[in-house]
Amino acid sequence: MERTNTLSIRQSRDTDFIREVEEASGQDVSKCYQCGNCMGSCAYTFAYDYPVTQIMRLVQLGQKDIVLGSSAIWLCANCQACTTRCPNDIDVARVMEALRIMSRKSDTVSLPDIQAFYDEFLRSVKTFGRVFETGLLPIYNLRAKKPFTDFDLAPRLLMKGKLTFFPALVKKRKKIAEIFEVVKRDRFSKDGKARPEPLSSKTDI
Amino acid sequence: MKRVAYYKGCSLEGLAAEYDRSTHAVCEAFGIELVEIADWNCCGSTPAHSYDPLLSAALAGRNLAIAADQGCDMVMTPCPGCLKSLKGAQEACEDPGLRKPFVELVGRDVDGLKTVSLLQLLYEEVGPVAIKKAVRRPLTGHVLIPYYGCLLTRPAQKAKFDDPENPVSMDRLLEATGALVPDFPYKTECCGATYGVTRNDFVGKLSGRILDMTARLGGEAIVVACPLCQQNLDMRQDQINKYQKSALHLPVPYISQVIGLALGMDPKELGMDKLCVSPDILFEDRAEAEGKAQGPGAAA
Repeated sequence: MERTNTLSIRQSRDTDFIREVEEASGQDVSKCYQCGNCMGSCAYTFAYDYPVTQIMRLVQLGQKDIVLGSSAIWLCANCQACTTRCPNDIDVARVMEALRIMSRKSDTVSLPDIQAFYDEFLRSVKTFGRVFETGLLPIYNLRAKKPFTDFDLAPRLLMKGKLTFFPALVKKRKKIAEIFEVVKRDRFSKDGKARPEPLSSKTDI
Repeated sequence: MKRVAYYKGCSLEGLAAEYDRSTHAVCEAFGIELVEIADWNCCGSTPAHSYDPLLSAALAGRNLAIAADQGCDMVMTPCPGCLKSLKGAQEACEDPGLRKPFVELVGRDVDGLKTVSLLQLLYEEVGPVAIKKAVRRPLTGHVLIPYYGCLLTRPAQKAKFDDPENPVSMDRLLEATGALVPDFPYKTECCGATYGVTRNDFVGKLSGRILDMTARLGGEAIVVACPLCQQNLDMRQDQINKYQKSALHLPVPYISQVIGLALGMDPKELGMDKLCVSPDILFEDRAEAEGKAQGPGAAA
């Protein structure tokens, strides 16, 4: 993990980044006065590289590379505890979400296995219209090279009749696939900037 | 009869089939007609809103549009994750930047609908008083822990229901069944969410803490209203026990199952046999024993 050189922080300051985060999240990040309530409320501080309070500060300082490359933004479970307790009414979870999306777009996702799980989930929705739980896990396991994840749960779930072997198909699946295609086509063009190199099929859905 | 559009969501077709079954049973008992949204699709959940706000809004919004076309003005979903997505779609409808592409994709606006969780529907449209009156098999003498999880009441501006820090609606509904409901300090703590698969130790740590506190308060069962919380606490309880070297054995029924049980419904009809940790302890009739203990002798 790269650390900031705090003695020359101005060199790595990217003011466009601050504006982009504020636009994408609809939040005024300058309102954060570093009280630490979000960090104290966060169930995942133990696992973050930068606690959420520091992520907020790094955004204020325009430290794009550190923020978009942090594991914290991909470990956030979006539980809304930070948002609920922010004394300045900043929707902190929304900021974290905007950062996740931005890190996808800039191809700087620090935890590809978590993104892979989300991607498989979305592929299932795109294909069937709904999530096919029983099919999702084995495919993710293969991609993440952890073939036996949750293997221990299978016998019991089989006995309880909770595993379905055929996906439930939405009739208008084409409409669902169309939603994906339109969003994918437009997601880089909204801010008027040229679309960056298309992401490979490994990193996009 | 109240007509409510029903968005069941993917989990209720698979791992949370018993939540679907018991939701239908309880709503029917209180004269609520559930109109299934025709050809509904997945709301996109966390993966969609980590990809693009429009994807999440359009996937969830398509379901709301169908519900509105079916002539419903209220949509209920038992899943808090789905509820968040549905509300997100309504928010997109009011967002100047998203409204146009949203309506183009979905075909109409959806911000006029009321979107609620099953818990909110039961609390506001049925209520503890009516439930208490309808109880045939009181759960007197049983200690039940109410666990809400993250999203049922948060964030407050969007959920517009109960209290974000100390919700009490489920407490009141459970009390109406005759059960004893202690204050639970971890009501809204995160269970580990979707990390069961990708970071299993997170669930061991976070859900483990919730189960430990349940046991410390003498809870016999922890009652939930979210399919993901239920999976983490119930289906993964053996994994949690292994992780934290404990031997907990706490049933994790859905609120609809517990209410159905108190109404005198057949446990099988409520899908109680589908729970991983056996809920048999809840079937013990303690009303009589309790009645004796509270007799003239016990008052002294």
